[in-house]
Amino acid sequence: MSIRIADHVRDIPRSGIRDFFEIVQTMEDVISLGIGEPDFATPWHIREAAIYALEKGRTGYTSNLGLPRLRRAISDYVRKKFGLKYEPLSEILVSVGVSEAIDLALRALLNPGDEVLYHEPCYVSYAPSITLARGVARPIETRADDGFSLRADALEKAITPSTKVLMLNFPTNPTGATMTAAQWEPIAEICVRHDLVVLTDEIYSELTFEGGTHSSIAACPGMQERTVFLHGFSKSFAMTGWRIGYACAPAPLIEAMMKIHQYAILCAPIMGQDAAIEALERGDESVASMRREYERRRNFIARALNEMGLECLKPKGSFYVFPKISSTGLTSREFSMRLLNEHKVAVVPGTAFGPGGEGHVRCSFATGLDQIKTAMERMAAFVAQAR
Amino acid sequence: MDAIIDLLQQNALMPRADMARLLDMELVEVESAIAKLEAEGVILGYQAIINREKWDTEKVTAIIEVKITPERDGGFDRIASRIAKFEEVQSCYLVSGGYDLLIIVEAPNLRNAAAFVAQKLSTIDAVQATATHFRLKTYKENGAFHQFDSAPERLSVSP
Repeated sequence: MSIRIADHVRDIPRSGIRDFFEIVQTMEDVISLGIGEPDFATPWHIREAAIYALEKGRTGYTSNLGLPRLRRAISDYVRKKFGLKYEPLSEILVSVGVSEAIDLALRALLNPGDEVLYHEPCYVSYAPSITLARGVARPIETRADDGFSLRADALEKAITPSTKVLMLNFPTNPTGATMTAAQWEPIAEICVRHDLVVLTDEIYSELTFEGGTHSSIAACPGMQERTVFLHGFSKSFAMTGWRIGYACAPAPLIEAMMKIHQYAILCAPIMGQDAAIEALERGDESVASMRREYERRRNFIARALNEMGLECLKPKGSFYVFPKISSTGLTSREFSMRLLNEHKVAVVPGTAFGPGGEGHVRCSFATGLDQIKTAMERMAAFVAQAR
Repeated sequence: MDAIIDLLQQNALMPRADMARLLDMELVEVESAIAKLEAEGVILGYQAIINREKWDTEKVTAIIEVKITPERDGGFDRIASRIAKFEEVQSCYLVSGGYDLLIIVEAPNLRNAAAFVAQKLSTIDAVQATATHFRLKTYKENGAFHQFDSAPERLSVSP
């Protein structure tokens, strides 16, 4: 028999990153700047705490919302770092990575046809997640000239009577864009005026450089009551494989998200939750030392790219640079394919993150300095030859 | 300065041009900062970390606890420096606890190490007692691991 896939799933295009990944997989000696995860293993004290918990036999289910001790630790952390107060037992849900929390929030909020705005270039899962939740994905293009930050006028223009949700991700994967408290003010005012719910994915917030402080839109007046604050452990604590994220939101919304979570997932794995407690309670120094390392590599890679003639902003957050490659006369995809085939360096074409990414490629600096250095040498040779 | 020292401690051989890029400084700034640290005696030297399983395997390392009688003038300093000056002594620390000096001694073989303790160290008047521990195996030295974890596998491209 021929199995018929549901229309809305069938119509989701294959991920551009996955295509690329499959080509890279078949090649040897490739230096990859295409990896969206830390190159550090999880700090030892966190791994060790998880081993201890396993030894004690902590292997069961947890409360649907997550271990109460973890939720209290999250509440303390979010208050201390972001100035946001959430009640640990009713306003916090521990999820399987931020990805699950985004899915939960969208499914809990959207009726078919509700529109969701998000800024593009952006993380690859946003548009498909909206579609899977039967919403309508409406990208707002951000521009290199604005440092890929979200402009209030662009937001205002994109809003229709069907707009229900605005999704945000600052610092941004793939552009490294950040937003200041002053930039949030007019955005927040628009969200309040149009009664939008905001999902803000702040997974890269610990990776804010130059001693800068990350500022969350949730802290703006009138925002916390309409915001789902999403965060997790993957990037800041180098814990991608543990799959632990969390959502903080008003209790009725957390309750609705929990309904989906309890039937689909039951709970996030306890091993990851135990490790996450250690990360929050004693992980500050590990985060600071990884941030120092990323910031240095950022300096290195941004200067190297600019020196080879690829215009590149020095991002104030995340571990990505998003250089402009259009001066080579190649498209993002041509540039990435040729760089891979001829010089064995993998970068991700900007178009994998939305059509607005054309003319750019994403280079991750979550890779050791030696590799970055060699990759930059090869890339400089390629750029000189392509011109 | 902190950042430069940090990088030098990770890898003193890192090209200064790479350091300049990492720290967003000019090459001359990095070079002059290092020269200043050397001139001021902040940086005392640069050394290689040798894997003793692979090189000079006969060499013996002894960690020795030394209990000494402090002097009325100068406390422990004169005796400590007298001990530290032996070329066998690689490191010498005044420590708190049940003994006073912790010294690390390297000798070409066991016999020489024993001779150092019996003939040189123990015979100093102020030395009341010693306890010698021989190194059996090194797991980590100056921040470098001798047994490496295998590099974690990562996807070659991920979102």
